[in-house]
Amino acid sequence: MLNIVGRRYWYFGLSLLVIIPGMIALALWGLPLAIDFTGGSLLEIRFDSGDPPAPAEVVDLYEELEVGDALVQSAGTTDIVARSKHIDEATKTTILSEMEKRFSGPITVLRFDSVGPSVGAEVAQRAMGAVGLAAVGILAYITYAFRGVPHAFRYGLAAIIAMLHDVAVVVGVEAFFGHFLGWEVDALFLTALLTVIGFSVHDSIVVFDRIRENQRIHRRLDFETLVNHSIVQTLDRSINTQLTVMLTLLALLLFGGVTTRHFVAILLIGVFSGTYSSIFNAAPILVVWENQEWRWWFRRNRVKAG
Amino acid sequence: MLPSHLHNEYNQSALPALRGRQSGVAGFSWNGEPYHQMSQRYPLRLILILILVAAAVWIVLPTNPGIHIGSIDRDIKVVRGLDLQGGLRVLLEADLPEETEITSDQMNTVRNIVENRVNGLGVTEPIVQVAGSRRILVELPGIGNPEDAVDTIKETGLLEFVEMTSSDFAYFQGDQVLLTDFGRPVPSPTLVIEASETPTSTEVENSPTITSSTTEGTTDADATPTIQVTQTPSSSPTPRVFHTVLTGAQLKHAFVTQHPNTNEIVVAIEFSEEGGQIFSDYTSAHVGEVLGIVLDKRLISAPFINEPITEGSAFISGSFTYEDANSLAIQLRYGALPVPMKVVESKTVGPTLGQDSLDKSTIAGVIGLGVVMAFMALYYRLPGVLADLALLVYATITFALFKLIPVTLTLPGIAGFVLSIGVAVDANVLIFERMKEELRAGRRLYQAIDLGFSRAWPSIRDSNLSTLITCGILYWFGNTFGASIVKGFSVTLALGVMVSLFTAITVTRTFLHLVLDNIRLTEHPRWFGV
Repeated sequence: MLNIVGRRYWYFGLSLLVIIPGMIALALWGLPLAIDFTGGSLLEIRFDSGDPPAPAEVVDLYEELEVGDALVQSAGTTDIVARSKHIDEATKTTILSEMEKRFSGPITVLRFDSVGPSVGAEVAQRAMGAVGLAAVGILAYITYAFRGVPHAFRYGLAAIIAMLHDVAVVVGVEAFFGHFLGWEVDALFLTALLTVIGFSVHDSIVVFDRIRENQRIHRRLDFETLVNHSIVQTLDRSINTQLTVMLTLLALLLFGGVTTRHFVAILLIGVFSGTYSSIFNAAPILVVWENQEWRWWFRRNRVKAG
Repeated sequence: MLPSHLHNEYNQSALPALRGRQSGVAGFSWNGEPYHQMSQRYPLRLILILILVAAAVWIVLPTNPGIHIGSIDRDIKVVRGLDLQGGLRVLLEADLPEETEITSDQMNTVRNIVENRVNGLGVTEPIVQVAGSRRILVELPGIGNPEDAVDTIKETGLLEFVEMTSSDFAYFQGDQVLLTDFGRPVPSPTLVIEASETPTSTEVENSPTITSSTTEGTTDADATPTIQVTQTPSSSPTPRVFHTVLTGAQLKHAFVTQHPNTNEIVVAIEFSEEGGQIFSDYTSAHVGEVLGIVLDKRLISAPFINEPITEGSAFISGSFTYEDANSLAIQLRYGALPVPMKVVESKTVGPTLGQDSLDKSTIAGVIGLGVVMAFMALYYRLPGVLADLALLVYATITFALFKLIPVTLTLPGIAGFVLSIGVAVDANVLIFERMKEELRAGRRLYQAIDLGFSRAWPSIRDSNLSTLITCGILYWFGNTFGASIVKGFSVTLALGVMVSLFTAITVTRTFLHLVLDNIRLTEHPRWFGV
């Protein structure tokens, strides 16, 4: 039988291998917050002529109109996306007519977002609150659902740690790609993150449930073997469910259009991480806790399980 | 091996199987003879499922005529969110200091007024909701010119004091639009301002009066002359244009107070210096006549002028209750809005992007569903095919619910729906994996099926409940911010999870039992992928 729990420190290491670079990226570049959180304006325009101006020209136009913090990117062959500080409808109209005059208009407005700074800060704050609340709610529910099992609270906490693992993976990846691909943390990213949290716990619970069941059947078996047994028994299910969810997400990613691409990519990474963490982190953490292995961590022979 | 506590009906239906095994009664054969009495409920269930599916299909059909029976009168159609059909989304916030408390009544008044203004724009299915304690979310799908729309929503309302005679009280009726010689063209007649209860022509004796706030004279409402209304102004061929004496711009204050002499509840108004002078001249020349107070071209109050008012401040009295007076004062102060509002967020999605996204997401959804169904059929064989059928039932019912409730479909909403297909399959995967385990452990087929369902149930229940908890928190998060994207996602995901529990368990199980009962299969473990 596969010995997953026995190699738990390898798997923890693999997680860190993904998380640490992400955290470094986060520390270096920070999270690229979208105007949803920072406030500001975003104007996405299609040049019907199929000949959009160079971003620098648009930046010049913004500066001439004294709209600060202009950041302009090309999107596709016909569109440009211009971000700037908060502008109102009147300024937008001025910008548009100026663009039509100066560049080979006519143009179509695909999207115009304008967010005041106070709203953004508040949304970010509440979002953190929502994540916290979700964690507490899930912890409470697991502790309740596993009330018949010794140390029910551990299960809840292990699920939360696995969940934080997934949050760290997703946030790290976001920071990384934010820097290189221009991904932004917007309301959709938050939705994706919260969904990942939900699924991460979903997966952990399936494994925990098997442990709960096996504990009743095999009372003599030592905990480590039992946990490993449970993981392996649910492995087929974990992989198959993972596969179906990934397949649907992959369909969305490949065929679903640009607007949701970032959202779906984050979900894909998060769902994968969620399954990984429930198998290779959440359940093994229970073993670490049961054995109180932290007492050995800083001694000479670090791992008995290595 | 019997679980120490039993959870639900699925466990209960598994009980005979367990008992049979433990007592060594080998009565559960492949052809399911002993089960026949038990499984008689499955044909009944199938009929119920078929009725449900038929209803769902009827709803899903694009040609659905809607329900129009008696008092129920509604169309059934897909409500598309802004991101799918293009449009404008505006978040308004109370333009008052943080500390100022705003009551939910005030916000609701703002909401009603904004809604009335928005209705005047002729947008189909606009959304105007209070979001949190000091914000209003406005969504206008498919609007052509967002600039005009934002102006309409933001406007504070035009307050005018116009020259009138007492025969003009009929203008209170039926939200009639008044023409005045001030400023702008008349707004469209559909623009309705919900004024507070105002006296109508039949209540002339209760009509408010206007008096100088420093005069000692009587303000008894009974002293108001009673006038018979003899003509309806709207019937005259040339519409009457009223002269605007003053506008809200010249008004400094308006508040509720008690009349120092009579203790009657009155609305005190105070004009600017310039306005006071005009007011003084006008009232001196028009004692005994009526001053029409007009908001957004609609008469909201028409007090009699009892005396010349030369101090620039006056009382409007008229047997007000406190609420009436307050509402009038608020309207005088802020135009229509009880709280001044500013735009803190606006988003416009062009219709091109919307349609493009919808088409692509639909294609992605169909492909996703197809791939998942192929996987299930190949991997789990017969149960997989049956689960696929259940999945189609799932998709139909869920989509029918979207149309019926209706759930506003947004891009993340569709993503949530597509994702819930994956989750719907998860319950079946859990059950089938369990079933296979039981088969490998040497259980007979029916037993394995029942055990598969009963033993997979706690995992399914706990994992889906935790997803529902997350959905609830997402919904709250989306609702308080007017982040309808997030809300839409949580609603579709939660609905998906709930429907999938029904289809993955009840529907799949019914199908499985019926197929096994009817095809009388003998030794065919391969059909189960074992």
